[in-house]
Amino acid sequence: MKPLAWAYLALAYVFIFLPVAVLVVFSFQDGRLPVPPLQGLSLRWYEKVLSDGDLMTALGHSALVAVISSALALTLGFLAAHALARVHLPGSAVMRGLLIAPMTVSYLIIALGLLALFSQTGVRLSLWTAGIGHVVINLPLCFAISFAAMGDHQQAAERAARDLGASEAQVLWHVSAPMLAPALAAAFFLSVTFSWDEFIIAFLLTRFDVTLPVEIWSMLKSGLSPATNAVGSLVFLVSVTLVVILELTTFRKGRA
Amino acid sequence: MATLAARERRLGWGLIAPALVWTAAFFLLPFAAMLALSFAHMEGRAIVSGLSLDNYARALGDPTMLKALVNSLEITAIVTLVSVLLAWPLAATIAWTIPPRLQRLALLLAVLPFWTSYVVRSYSWLLVLGKNGVLNKALIGAGLLGEPLQLASTRSATVIGFVHFFVMLLTLTIYANLVQLSPNYARAAADLGASRLRVLWHVILPLTLPGILTGAFLTFVLCIGDYITPQILGGNTELTLPQLIMLQLQRSGNFPLASALSVVLMAVVTLAYAAVARWIRLDRL
Repeated sequence: MKPLAWAYLALAYVFIFLPVAVLVVFSFQDGRLPVPPLQGLSLRWYEKVLSDGDLMTALGHSALVAVISSALALTLGFLAAHALARVHLPGSAVMRGLLIAPMTVSYLIIALGLLALFSQTGVRLSLWTAGIGHVVINLPLCFAISFAAMGDHQQAAERAARDLGASEAQVLWHVSAPMLAPALAAAFFLSVTFSWDEFIIAFLLTRFDVTLPVEIWSMLKSGLSPATNAVGSLVFLVSVTLVVILELTTFRKGRA
Repeated sequence: MATLAARERRLGWGLIAPALVWTAAFFLLPFAAMLALSFAHMEGRAIVSGLSLDNYARALGDPTMLKALVNSLEITAIVTLVSVLLAWPLAATIAWTIPPRLQRLALLLAVLPFWTSYVVRSYSWLLVLGKNGVLNKALIGAGLLGEPLQLASTRSATVIGFVHFFVMLLTLTIYANLVQLSPNYARAAADLGASRLRVLWHVILPLTLPGILTGAFLTFVLCIGDYITPQILGGNTELTLPQLIMLQLQRSGNFPLASALSVVLMAVVTLAYAAVARWIRLDRL
């Protein structure tokens, strides 16, 4: 049983890491094609990518859209979760269902719906319209994570603060939010990574200024290139750094 | 007391209103706009609104469109099944074979490529499966193959790309399920004389079924609606429904037909949800 289990584990890890390993290795290819044989190691594709103005602009756009849309999604989601967890409102089950609903709908359909709405109302496509789409997909996530994290001991602290004369805004800002900080940070980071990586909504809802995945998509049209490998490896590095930070700070603290 | 309750309720509405308004304005309203558009038709390049069912007749009657729906359903079914069959043993191995203090690390590693860009991940498989790709070169180099296999731009490539992504996702959900399981059930069954295989099949598997179904449903939803993987790996040989939708939108400029196809896609997902809703717990994800 044991050797079989280890063998399966090894095979599974090979399968999981194969494409990423190939991606990273051939980003250093000293040649024009990112396929074997490896003709030597070079950093020239990284130089090319890092000096590519369009790509760096797209990267800036992606970071901007990710941070702003995630902050908004988290704010809306946290406030709604607070209301549903603390106040007895009629129809709360329906509202919870409605807020979660976008999670079960394909990004493609959310993008097409927004495109239909924007084209019928004459809203011009931009990074803002893509950002609106990203808030739609991340709001359910932020709401669900905040809602799940709200427990009874926070409620006691909130009551105490209120009894001592704190206004509701002060309670939210000085008591609820700090007590939920690990969950809120997790929701924010997850939203950022989803938005940062999102393609189809950004593809359909932007026009002249585009985000990084859209720019990478247009690189794919010219076929296989080590430059694409280099961008992909850099994006991977950024995401993994985010995940490691999240793992080391938020989740550790959350469990303690 | 009544005034306090009323004050609290007003406050509650105030806190939830922004999220509700946002969801109504940018989720419900867009869906209504798309639904309205699906009943419109094209006159030349102009969209004329109306109440015609022609788009739906085409979406479900035209053989090429129907083929795309069937392709999507087949690919999604294969992907979901294969991913569950590969992920369950992986999750179980991590939960039972690896020492507890290393499990979190093992899990983190097992899903690390999950965090690469989705578009780049599909492209990476192209490097592995392409005619000059790593796999063909390795097989030819080992003398196992004379001619390179046509792997890229096939349904197999789409399935492999999808399975790679969903094995990672399902390993997470199934692992979470397995470690919550009390070992007492297995112990009791073993004490009563059940063999290890019987314990696995009759005790542990049924107990992890809700987790498996929830993960499988998530796989179904994400897989059937995805445009990127089939477009990059499958190419234009066997169109899936999302590919067809994008083709109608971009090449033909037929937004009404694209909308009708999207409504069909959503209906399929809703039907699937209705079929399994009793057994899955989305709120436990």
